[in-house]
Amino acid sequence: MSGLFVTDEQIAEARQLASDITDPIFDLISKNTTISVERTVLRWFGVDGVGNLGAPLVNLMCDRLKEAGVLNKGAAYWYGRALRMGATSPLDAVERLTAAPLEMLQPLPPEEEKKLRDEVRAEARAVVSEFKGRVEQRNELKREFPMAPAPHKYVIVATGNIFDDVDQARAAAQAGADVIAVIRSTAQSLLDYVPQGATTEGYGGTYATQENFRIMREALDDESRKLKRYIELTNYSSGLCMTEIAFMAAWERLDMLLNDSMYGILFRDINMRRTFIDQYFSRRICAMAGIIINTGEDNYITTADAYDAAHTVIASQFINECFARRAGLQDWQLGIGHSYEIDPHMPETLLLELSQAMLVRRCFPNAPLKYMPPTKHKETDIFFSHAYDVMADLVAVWTRQGIQLLGMMTEAMHTPLLADRYVALKAASYVHRAARGIDEEFTVREDGKIANRARFVFGKALELLRECKGDGMVAAIGRGRFGDVKRAETGGKGLDGVIEKAPDYFNPFLEIMEAST
Amino acid sequence: MTEKNLIRAYGDRRDDGIIQISFTLPVAASEKAKEAAQLYCQKLGLTDVKVAAAERAADQYTFFIVYARSPVIIDYNEIDTPEISIKKLGFYELNDLIEERLARKVVVFGACTGTDTHTVGIDAILNMKGFAGDYGLERYPWFDAYNLGSQVPNAELIRRAKEKNADAILVSQVVTQRDVHKENSRQFIDEAKAAGIVGKTTLLLGGPRVDHKLALELGFDAGFGPGTKPSDVANFVVHQVLQRHGKEAKGTHFQGEPT
Repeated sequence: MSGLFVTDEQIAEARQLASDITDPIFDLISKNTTISVERTVLRWFGVDGVGNLGAPLVNLMCDRLKEAGVLNKGAAYWYGRALRMGATSPLDAVERLTAAPLEMLQPLPPEEEKKLRDEVRAEARAVVSEFKGRVEQRNELKREFPMAPAPHKYVIVATGNIFDDVDQARAAAQAGADVIAVIRSTAQSLLDYVPQGATTEGYGGTYATQENFRIMREALDDESRKLKRYIELTNYSSGLCMTEIAFMAAWERLDMLLNDSMYGILFRDINMRRTFIDQYFSRRICAMAGIIINTGEDNYITTADAYDAAHTVIASQFINECFARRAGLQDWQLGIGHSYEIDPHMPETLLLELSQAMLVRRCFPNAPLKYMPPTKHKETDIFFSHAYDVMADLVAVWTRQGIQLLGMMTEAMHTPLLADRYVALKAASYVHRAARGIDEEFTVREDGKIANRARFVFGKALELLRECKGDGMVAAIGRGRFGDVKRAETGGKGLDGVIEKAPDYFNPFLEIMEAST
Repeated sequence: MTEKNLIRAYGDRRDDGIIQISFTLPVAASEKAKEAAQLYCQKLGLTDVKVAAAERAADQYTFFIVYARSPVIIDYNEIDTPEISIKKLGFYELNDLIEERLARKVVVFGACTGTDTHTVGIDAILNMKGFAGDYGLERYPWFDAYNLGSQVPNAELIRRAKEKNADAILVSQVVTQRDVHKENSRQFIDEAKAAGIVGKTTLLLGGPRVDHKLALELGFDAGFGPGTKPSDVANFVVHQVLQRHGKEAKGTHFQGEPT
């Protein structure tokens, strides 16, 4: 521990405020579902594949149920009805339901209704048990080939073609990477469906599809065995399909997911209600799958200024943590995000960055934390850029970050070349090796610049949390308190996909996941 | 005829022609790989090739750092760039100039258009805060700057800008995979032509892979690449506006203009 800076009571107060702030949102979450949550339920039952025009079957079915005004009973219920109609496969179930006059269907006699639910619950339990077996495969591989010590070096591949991504990911692993992220195709977060199959064309990244996940995880399993060191895979559970992506990633044994309770609202203008409901269900899945989530507070200080907005990062982290714990995630699964983004032209920025990173470590002692590199103030002098990244490497090891996304010297120029990743990995390995344990050697003075800055930032974070509690999250977001971005409760994309649950709403997966914690 | 000014790359003495390059070859690190790097550099026309580092970047990839001499000589006097007759103006001077010569605010619209979600470029130029200690256009009292953010359709940006009689439109393009930035920029110009604003509104393109030549080719009035400061854009826009309104001689060159 580098320093205390703030008292345990102050931290407990921040945590309590976050809990009070999120309370009303859990009321919203428990009363509503979304079309993407329901599509995810169908995916759990094995509804996969696409219809004639390439639309995923889960979309066809949920759109039909929504149109008929009956999705509020839950897709699982209708899946059960289709089974009762004699459906013999998930595809058959979809066909029967899309053809049926759903508006006219009356409830079954109570006895039958109960039977239907029991049957569907039994099937859900069987699916979950198969799922847990898959998660266990990963855990076994991890036990056989333990990971290198933290900070885990995280790099990105982004060719647009999953097969080229595999080559780049293997090369990065061979050069020392511990975590591979496959960046998504630009704007996938705004698609209200998940593309299907292996993809070889993407813009700015590669589409997140279940098949792409499978291909990459298989390659990394192979590479882990060769290197005798487990290599983690991560992707993005964000946007309009965050819940479906969470399911697909969990099923294909991904290890980590970018998953934030507010990112979609702020940075993709996705509707607030939709996001809050979706983040809960997606996090429930992550909790059960043992997936480490990465929150997105680093984004706040790419839009707002990192020095001025430092407190918004801390406040949001408490809120993200609260949402996460309430969704059943354990502390070891919380890759709470922050970054090294203060304008390097200012004086004492190393002290300021250390202060912020130490404060985050102090507030979340048991979370792995996810540290992001400088991007906003990167210029194209690659030699300076490299030196700049190395400072972030030092702060990462000093403050015991669990996961560190490595900066690329060609940031602000192009998607990383193979050699750019190599250079970053070599330098980070050196700095981590050289400075591991430095925090135990140096005590930060409680009356110095680092501690005073940390106390100042924490104080402002508490103020912001109090404001959020007083006026509510919705108002705070409306005033642009996070990331300088203003959003309204009924604005943004995807609100029409929010559906109030009927009194007899049925979702056996939610029942199982909520019962397990 | 001006006299020639012949120059070569400078290492540590005049005309030694020393350059440094780095590259990767898709082969496993070995003595043979090093020889391959040598040969590769010789084929580039380099002499005295010293392969300073041959690093195993991955099982089947080797990363090289090379120092060598390049025989290339260029005549510096052959390079034709316009004479600069006006100094770049600072924040206060530029505001004063607008107030004095135009007596109204300069209206600027900007967005990252198409599917591109990255606002970092347009934010650096327009937001109050600016970039590297250089204020963004929102901070200039004599600019009216509208930042529409990312994923804005080209037609939407043009429509909004027309409504406010914008003097300039800034299009930012960050994602460049498969030249998506060029495709989208061309589409912007097509929309601008259809809207009849080409030649009236100053159209600027910016982004990490944008240069002035590319922007001109695509039909923009100027292009701004990496390292551009908000003040560079501000100066350019003001001179353009003054020239379009006949308040400055056409083709007047100024310090920091894109070339």
